[in-house]
Amino acid sequence: MIKQGHKPGENPWSLSRIAALLVLAFLAATWLVPFAWSVLTSLKSEADAGASTLSLNPPDGLSFAAYRKVLSAGDIPSWAWNSLITSVAITVITVATSALAGYAFSRVNFKGKRWLYAAIIAAIIIPPQLLIVPLFRQMLAFNLVDTYWGIILPQAFAPAMVLILKRFFDQIPLELEEAARVDGASRLRVFWSVVLPLSRPILAAVAIFVFIGAWNNFLWPFIVTTDAHLMTLPVGLQTVKSAYGLQYAQNMASAILAALPLVVVFLFFQRQIIKGIATTGFGGQ
Amino acid sequence: MRKRDETLAGWAFATPFAVLFVLFLVVPAVYGLYLSFTGETLTGAGSGLIGFANYGEALTDPDMWKSLGNTLWFTVLSTIPLVVLSLALALLVNLGLPGRWLWRLSFFMPYLLASTVVVMFWSWMYNPTLGLINGVLAKFGAAPVAWLQDPKVAMLSVVITTLWWTIGFNFLLYLAALQNIPEQQFEAAAIDGAGKWRQLFSIVIPQLTPTTMLILTLQILASLKVFDQIYMLTNGGPAGKTRSIVQYIYESGFTGYRFGYSSAISYLFFALIVVVSLAQYKLINRRSAA
Repeated sequence: MIKQGHKPGENPWSLSRIAALLVLAFLAATWLVPFAWSVLTSLKSEADAGASTLSLNPPDGLSFAAYRKVLSAGDIPSWAWNSLITSVAITVITVATSALAGYAFSRVNFKGKRWLYAAIIAAIIIPPQLLIVPLFRQMLAFNLVDTYWGIILPQAFAPAMVLILKRFFDQIPLELEEAARVDGASRLRVFWSVVLPLSRPILAAVAIFVFIGAWNNFLWPFIVTTDAHLMTLPVGLQTVKSAYGLQYAQNMASAILAALPLVVVFLFFQRQIIKGIATTGFGGQ
Repeated sequence: MRKRDETLAGWAFATPFAVLFVLFLVVPAVYGLYLSFTGETLTGAGSGLIGFANYGEALTDPDMWKSLGNTLWFTVLSTIPLVVLSLALALLVNLGLPGRWLWRLSFFMPYLLASTVVVMFWSWMYNPTLGLINGVLAKFGAAPVAWLQDPKVAMLSVVITTLWWTIGFNFLLYLAALQNIPEQQFEAAAIDGAGKWRQLFSIVIPQLTPTTMLILTLQILASLKVFDQIYMLTNGGPAGKTRSIVQYIYESGFTGYRFGYSSAISYLFFALIVVVSLAQYKLINRRSAA
């Protein structure tokens, strides 16, 4: 699938290729600068961060003081925990419900299927941002403001994922299931032991995207939490930013700590993420 | 009997999803529509139907039009580079130059960050006295720029941050599409004497049309819904110059406590999104029919 290297008969170091390489290196460097500079700032003393901001060799030297401070004084560990709990719950519920529903749409002929399917397709264009007011009123009525479930439930389903999974299930040969059904296996049994094992790559891709989306979501958790102990990482960080004010090193240390988990996720699941985007075009933001 | 079993099984599978879908999407959508016809506020005062009053007010509200205008302007400013530059990056990376994983990582990494983190990085970059950008400008003797405070450049700054943050997604879509163009087409074109640039414009770009359409559709809808980075970078300022329509919905609901009014603006905006989606759908269908 991936074309590597130059074409045969072509000079690998032609002038135009070197020029292209230089342009690419320049652009990539530009893209990496905000990261690099933030990491550098986070490793400076607060005095250096505010005074010798451009210096690569700060007078006070490099230290982890900002990280120690943020981790001991701030709420970052508990926000990270809240983010982890809610994102994992959102991912598990979304993947489970989407897979079950996707299977029903793909393989079962049930009454009401057509209108339910039409409703899901129509719902895909409703931006969740527009539902914040009625959703918040609902959460008040259900007593779910400032609870984990209040953060989780409105994010724990994804019409687009149902369609993606349905499309995938459609491609699994029917014969595989029929053999198991002839042997007397129930629908659920067939789904669990025949269909799901064949769908591992797409389930992984869906799970990764749901997780990243949930981990990074700002607007909904921001609206549904007021208690600082229940905030997710992105929401909590927004309060840190205003509270620390001029403490640039601590600001950057918090940002780097918040970014780290997803960098790790990416390094582990690079191939699934890239393939997921390439083949299905889903993502979010 | 058999048919009833199928229906039972189908609903058993679909119910967990359907319950969440109805409870947290259909119900709020209908409830929001109802709210938009009421004068509902925080205290519950003014509840009860008031007809189209909220819609009438919204359509004559200069702040609504201003934030809508900002949103459309942001969409134009962000969509063009997010399509053109991501294509350019994908073409460059697809030349097969060494270091492929590094390029991919550099352009895609920011896409994984939470908006809060992105904004923390960029507020620091844009800092008027200590920021890296003004620091570098100063080395070249240029005057400092108030990136987020100057009404003339604030929107541009927001666009630059958005470009940095989100380009990786489009870039990966283009890269995947490029790799699916059969190699023989280039060989055939080369034999016919077509140069590199000729190949680019007569083979590559036409072949990428479906991808470009997909990216354009997703990008326009995503840009219209912009909120996070603007809200946190500029809070809609200076003087409302960057306030987006989603921020206006949020503010009228959660700081102005006018739930009915906020819902009415939501529905007007939703109507716009439906129109844009239908227009895009028509356009794509016409293109593929032609």
